[in-house]
Amino acid sequence: MTTIIETKNLTKKYGDVTGVDDISLSVEEGEFVTLLGPSGCGKSTLLRMLGGFEEPTQGRIMLAGCDVTDVPPSKRAVNMVFQDYALFPHLSAGKNVGYGLRVSGMAKREVIAKSREALALVGLEDRFDAAPHMLSGGQRQRVALARAIVRRPRVLLLDEPLSALDANLREQMQIELKHLHTKVGLTFILVTHDQTEALTMSDRVIVMRNGKIVQSGSPQDLYENPRTGYVAGFIGNTNLFRSRVETEAGKSVITCFGQPLAAPEKSASLSGHDALFGFRPEKAALVSNTEQPRQNTLRGTLADVLYHGKSARLVVDLGPERFVVDVPISDVSGVSGLPQVGDPVALNIEPHNIMVLEDEVTG
Amino acid sequence: MTQIAQERATPLPRKAAVQAERLSWMLGITAILGFLYLPIAVLVTFSFNTSRSLTWPMSGLTLDWYKKLASNDQLIDAFFNSVYVATSATSLTLIIGVPAAIALDRIDFPGKGLFRKLILLPIALPGIITGISMLILFRAIGFNLSLEAVIVGHATALLAVVVTQVYARLQRLPPSLAEASADLGASGLQTFFWVTLPNIRTAVIGSGMLAFTLSFDEIPVTFFLTGRDNTLPMYIWSTMRRGLTPEINAIGSLIVLMSAILIFLSVMLLRDKTKPKK
Amino acid sequence: MSAPLSVRLKRAAVLSPPLLWTFVFMFIPYAILFVYSFWVQKYPTFQPAFQFGNYLQIATDPQYLRVLLRTLKIALFVSLGSALIAYPYAYFLVFKVRRPGFRLALYMAVVAPLWVSYLLRAYTWKIILGTTGILNSFLMSIGVLSEPSSVFLYNQTAMIITLIYVFIPFMVMPIYAVLEKIPKSLIEASSDLGVGRFRTFLMVTLPLSIPGIVAGFTMTFTLTFGDFIAPILVGGPDGLMIANVIASQFGAALNWPLGSALALVMLMIVLTIITISDRFERLGQGKFA
Repeated sequence: MTTIIETKNLTKKYGDVTGVDDISLSVEEGEFVTLLGPSGCGKSTLLRMLGGFEEPTQGRIMLAGCDVTDVPPSKRAVNMVFQDYALFPHLSAGKNVGYGLRVSGMAKREVIAKSREALALVGLEDRFDAAPHMLSGGQRQRVALARAIVRRPRVLLLDEPLSALDANLREQMQIELKHLHTKVGLTFILVTHDQTEALTMSDRVIVMRNGKIVQSGSPQDLYENPRTGYVAGFIGNTNLFRSRVETEAGKSVITCFGQPLAAPEKSASLSGHDALFGFRPEKAALVSNTEQPRQNTLRGTLADVLYHGKSARLVVDLGPERFVVDVPISDVSGVSGLPQVGDPVALNIEPHNIMVLEDEVTG
Repeated sequence: MTQIAQERATPLPRKAAVQAERLSWMLGITAILGFLYLPIAVLVTFSFNTSRSLTWPMSGLTLDWYKKLASNDQLIDAFFNSVYVATSATSLTLIIGVPAAIALDRIDFPGKGLFRKLILLPIALPGIITGISMLILFRAIGFNLSLEAVIVGHATALLAVVVTQVYARLQRLPPSLAEASADLGASGLQTFFWVTLPNIRTAVIGSGMLAFTLSFDEIPVTFFLTGRDNTLPMYIWSTMRRGLTPEINAIGSLIVLMSAILIFLSVMLLRDKTKPKK
Repeated sequence: MSAPLSVRLKRAAVLSPPLLWTFVFMFIPYAILFVYSFWVQKYPTFQPAFQFGNYLQIATDPQYLRVLLRTLKIALFVSLGSALIAYPYAYFLVFKVRRPGFRLALYMAVVAPLWVSYLLRAYTWKIILGTTGILNSFLMSIGVLSEPSSVFLYNQTAMIITLIYVFIPFMVMPIYAVLEKIPKSLIEASSDLGVGRFRTFLMVTLPLSIPGIVAGFTMTFTLTFGDFIAPILVGGPDGLMIANVIASQFGAALNWPLGSALALVMLMIVLTIITISDRFERLGQGKFA
């Protein structure tokens, strides 16, 4: 694997505001990388700098080993799929796709052949002559994709490409994008604020906040081992609580809203300190409330039940805070097997399912 | 139940009230349309009057006044002067105005605020101020008052028309289009001619036609800047001051006819077929 | 970090023609106008000076004040009259006409006359209202008048009617644009809340359309304010407006310094009106968000 694109201390400032703060990252050839973060985290600015639409305040951008920081977008072997697709309204779908080939002086016949090929790749071979406004949202999306890949760029940049589509179509397009990535073998860098999108499609997810990279890793890695409370909260749901780690007679204990829990092994070094802990809703189990008090149990009152088909999400009131727990619904007893709202409930959380999280570095 | 009963009890007065309202609207709107078009009808009708005096009732129908126009050399000269002035002024104002609109939309530069205010000023400013300030300038630099001076004056006064319309269209154009074009390898010029221009075409044509009509019709600026040569409105103006004859009505009728054709053409042309549905 | 040289060159190529043009043909003329307003007339020419005599003359000589006030009054009446006609018309188009084609036709009916020569539209009123004009002869032929009356032409009313006629499209267009943008759901919501139609108009439609009225008012007011054609055509001796006085300073009177000062006074008044109306329109913005 070779590095295709690399940024070195890339920074973008708008006056006093820092949009992208000293980011150094590298992307391997053929990788599908997603920049994930809430709006305003700098992910789009970073992408637009890679495309050449924004000038960095500081830092360099290397493309296939060459410094392209000062190269205008028209001369970068990088293409972009815009959030609003940016299809030229006065050109047909086919001419939109062929535009990038025409401007480079390719012969007309070859342009048409290649654009047909590219449209076929996204399943739109029969819409060559359609005007953009005659196409559906999903079709426009595909034309934009075909237009960007027809030039065989080294890197394809995708700026929130699915945000304008409705939920069903978005899911379908996620699959298609992933297939397309495999088929054409290009490097994809995608920007999104949608964690599902990031998790389903990418080889690697880079979580950003306040212009900085918070964590980078495979989707599974990020889900299983979030580094900070922010990542834990942004990717999937997490029940968070803060506690001091107390060690007595070789046993570490933490307290969750007054109830003791066995501390996870990873927190041993934090003895005597405050730390942030959390667990995923599906990692807690509902246990019978009548049993004698036992270890690793949180007691509370059931505040709400949200039915999800194969599972149910229970909202448990722990006094100062409410936690959510996902429990499977057994085929035999169905929903009736669940406790009623208002019932006291007990949750079992094994120590190895408790995550130790870093505090947020603010600023 | 009670509601239905109520509606049944009062159908007639309600219907009458609705009809009365409709009737008064119709009368009002007809009156306004009459106010707008009766004068034009009068203008056209009296161009066929046999008598020289413009009084009711008409003395008879004739085409003499139109025949007189055809042999009026001064009028024909004035007409062609106007065509020359309006064509040149429109071309100039488009050449200056389109880049100005692009600059306002896309480029940041020092003094942009002042530039914007200056260039848009003539749209709100009485024409007489543009007229006299340019008169002063031309006198100061020793440029002779002439049709060419009028052209420069018109181009300046009409710049605001072109800039506002083209700028408004550019604002509706997503900036991502030009970015996409650059991203796909197009140079600045290629982007302008292949992407930007086709998408602002109707605004450019529309504002050009408007500028042409306004220039063709212009008096306040022309009044101060023209030399020996008259434009059509200036010729009509001087004829009017000498006395009223159906000959002026005949010129007027022809202008009304020309305007009608222009309006029809512009409506046809400007019908935006490629409106993206959002 | 500044843009690369090639980008800056391209920007300069786009920028320089309009910048140069506005500087030479707008900035410099206005500047000279400003300078001239402090000069002194020395018949048959004028001399450089720096004195406020021209402005003092405008402020103290009652004839200038009278013309200025008259111009303001006429502009006000023209704007008011246009608004009173244009508003119901635009309202009818937006809220009463159902077929879009008919609506477009009625809209074009008002806007189309803009394409017909201003001069001719003013002229038709001269031949209609004149002493020997069509209205007089018509009224005589049906026996209402026994001899021609001069009450129609050469007075301020004739001027106001003519100017309303000429400028009314500028009032209809912005009012129509604003009314069209008012979401119909707002009016339905109001009637849904049990508010009567007339009160809905007063409390919802009218307030929301104020920016359009202000825009139309500004246009017709400034256009009338700078007009010098109508006064000559239909105005008569007591109908002269400020633009006529300016024109005569640059013509027969040959007092450019005084004319420049008058023009600057006019400029200031117009700019003030535009600034005020800008404020108003900005107040109205964001209402439909």
